[in-house]
Amino acid sequence: MLRTIIKTVFLIAISASFIFSTSPVTAPVPFDVPLKMPAGFSSITVAQNVGRARHIAVHSNGDVFVKLDRLNTGKGILRLRDTNGDGVADDTLKFGTYTGTGIAIKNGYLYASSDEEVFRYKIDAKGEIENPDAPEKIVTGLVNKRQHASKSLTLDNAGNIYVNIGAPTNVCQEKDRTKGSPGMNPCPILETAGGIWQFKVDKLNQTYAEGVRYATGLRNVVGLDWNNQVNDLYLMQHGRDMLFQFYPELFDQKAGANNPAEEFFRVKKGSDCGWPYCYYDNDKKKKLLNPEYGGDRVKEEICAGKEKSIVQFPGHMAPNALLFYTGKQFPEKYRNGAFIAFHGSWNRTPEPQAGYFVVFVPMKNGVPNGEWEVFADGFAGENINRAQYRPCGLAQGADGSLYVSDDNKGTIWKITYKG
Amino acid sequence: MCGMKNAIIVSLIALGFAGFSFTKEQPGGTALKASMARGKKVYEEVCMACHQPDALGVPRMNPPLVKTKWILGDKKQLITIVLKGLKGGEIEIDGDRYDNPMPPQEDNLTDTQIADVLTYVRNSFGNKASMVTTAEVKARRKVGK
Repeated sequence: MLRTIIKTVFLIAISASFIFSTSPVTAPVPFDVPLKMPAGFSSITVAQNVGRARHIAVHSNGDVFVKLDRLNTGKGILRLRDTNGDGVADDTLKFGTYTGTGIAIKNGYLYASSDEEVFRYKIDAKGEIENPDAPEKIVTGLVNKRQHASKSLTLDNAGNIYVNIGAPTNVCQEKDRTKGSPGMNPCPILETAGGIWQFKVDKLNQTYAEGVRYATGLRNVVGLDWNNQVNDLYLMQHGRDMLFQFYPELFDQKAGANNPAEEFFRVKKGSDCGWPYCYYDNDKKKKLLNPEYGGDRVKEEICAGKEKSIVQFPGHMAPNALLFYTGKQFPEKYRNGAFIAFHGSWNRTPEPQAGYFVVFVPMKNGVPNGEWEVFADGFAGENINRAQYRPCGLAQGADGSLYVSDDNKGTIWKITYKG
Repeated sequence: MCGMKNAIIVSLIALGFAGFSFTKEQPGGTALKASMARGKKVYEEVCMACHQPDALGVPRMNPPLVKTKWILGDKKQLITIVLKGLKGGEIEIDGDRYDNPMPPQEDNLTDTQIADVLTYVRNSFGNKASMVTTAEVKARRKVGK
C-alpha cells in the first residue's frame, strides 16, 4: 500500500515537472540585436528564438509573459524570468495548449486568448500562476475563419475586457479579394465580427449572447489599449488591401501604397468607424466611400457621419500593438503618450514596403498634441522587403521600461532610458 | 539481360524526345521561353501583389511559391488551386499555415494564361519543373464543372 502511494506521488511529481518544465531554452543570448532610438535610450535583448511571439505582458516582478501563435514544444504561453538580474531571461516556464495573440495582466490575473476563446489565470502573491493547466474560460465561441482571426484584448478598471473580433474578409465583397466583386450592403459580417466586443472579466463561458458589441465598423484591430488617464478605449485599425490592384483608374501605384490610412481611433460605446463602407483617403484627407460601394475618391455619403480617427498613418503598415506610456523612467514628453508597433506592410508592392518600427504619438489628456515620430527602428535589417524582425507586441515594465516583441524570429527587447 | 533493359529504356527515352519534338512544349525550347514571357506578365498583374516580387510570399498570410511541393509537385492539384482558389489555412509549409484566402481565377484567366503563369512560376525564383500546358488546364477545368 505504502509502495503504491510512493509510486503515485513519484508519478505525480514527474508529470508535474513536465507541466512545469522550467527549461532554460532562451539562455545564453549570443549577441544583442541593436535598435535605433533617440539619444539616451538603449535596448537589451531579453530573449531570442522563442517562437511566434505575438503580444506580451510584464508582471510587477519583472516576469515577461509571451503569447505564441505557434506552439513551442506543445505550449502557447511563455513566462520568461531573469533569475540573476542581468536583464536576460534565463528561466522559461511554458503552459497553455493553444495558439493566439492576446495577453494582458490586470488585478492579479493573467488573461490570454486563442483565436476563439479568452482564458484567465490567477497569479499568486509570489508571482506564480496558480493553475497553469486549468484556467478559467471566460469567453468562448468567437468567429475564427483564419483571416484576421487574432483576438487581441485589453481591460478597463470596471471589470470589463475588450476583445477584437476581426472581419474574416478584406472589404465585405460578395467574393472576398476578387476584383470587380461588389460590397455587400448591409455587410452581414458586422453582426459577429468587424468590431470590439465587451465581456465581463469574472463570468465564465460568455458567448456573443452575453457580450456587448462595443464598437463596430472596424476591419481588423490587433493593437488596442485602455487609456486610464481619460478612461476610454483606443485602438488601431488595419486598413483594407488592394486599392491599386482593383482600382488602378482611381489609385496609381503610389496612391495604392499610401492608402487607405491606418487609423488611430478613440472609441466610445456604440462607435461606428465605417468599415467596410468607408476608408480614410490620405491624399484627400477625408473619410470616403469605398469603391466596392460606389466610391470614386470624391463621394463621402454615409462616411461623413462615421467616427473620425485621431491620427492617420500611411497605408498597409499593420499596427499590431498600442500602449499608453504611464511610466516615470522616460522623459516627460512620453508620459501618457502612445507607442504603436507597426508589424510592416506587404500590400505596398510594387512600391517598397514600410513600417517595421515603433512610433510615438505625443498626447495630452487623451488627445494627440504633436506629430507622430519613429521611436525605435532597425527591425527590418538591410532589406525592407524581407524584414528580419517584425514588431508585434508592446508592454511596460513596473520600472517604466518598454518591452517589444517580434513574431518573425521570436525576439524580446527591453528599452530603457538613462539620459 | 541488364543491357537489354537499358537498351529498352534508352529507346523509350529517345521515342519520348522524338514525340516531344513534334509538339510545341519542348522543354528548354522556344515554347518554354514564350510561355514564360507571357506568364511573367500574368504573374506581375495578378499574383505579385500577394506572393511578392521574389515569390517568397508574406509570413503566415500568403504562401511562398519557391521550392515547395505545392508548386513543384502534383500539377493537377496546382492547376485546381489556381482555378478554384483557397479558403485560407489549407497550405502548410514548415509548420506555418497561410491564412489569407486565394481568389479563384477560373473566370479571370484563360487556360493559356494559367498554363503560362504556372510554367513561369515553376521555372523561376530558383524553381525548376516541367511546363504546364493549356491542355492540362483545360482538362482540370472540365473536371471541376
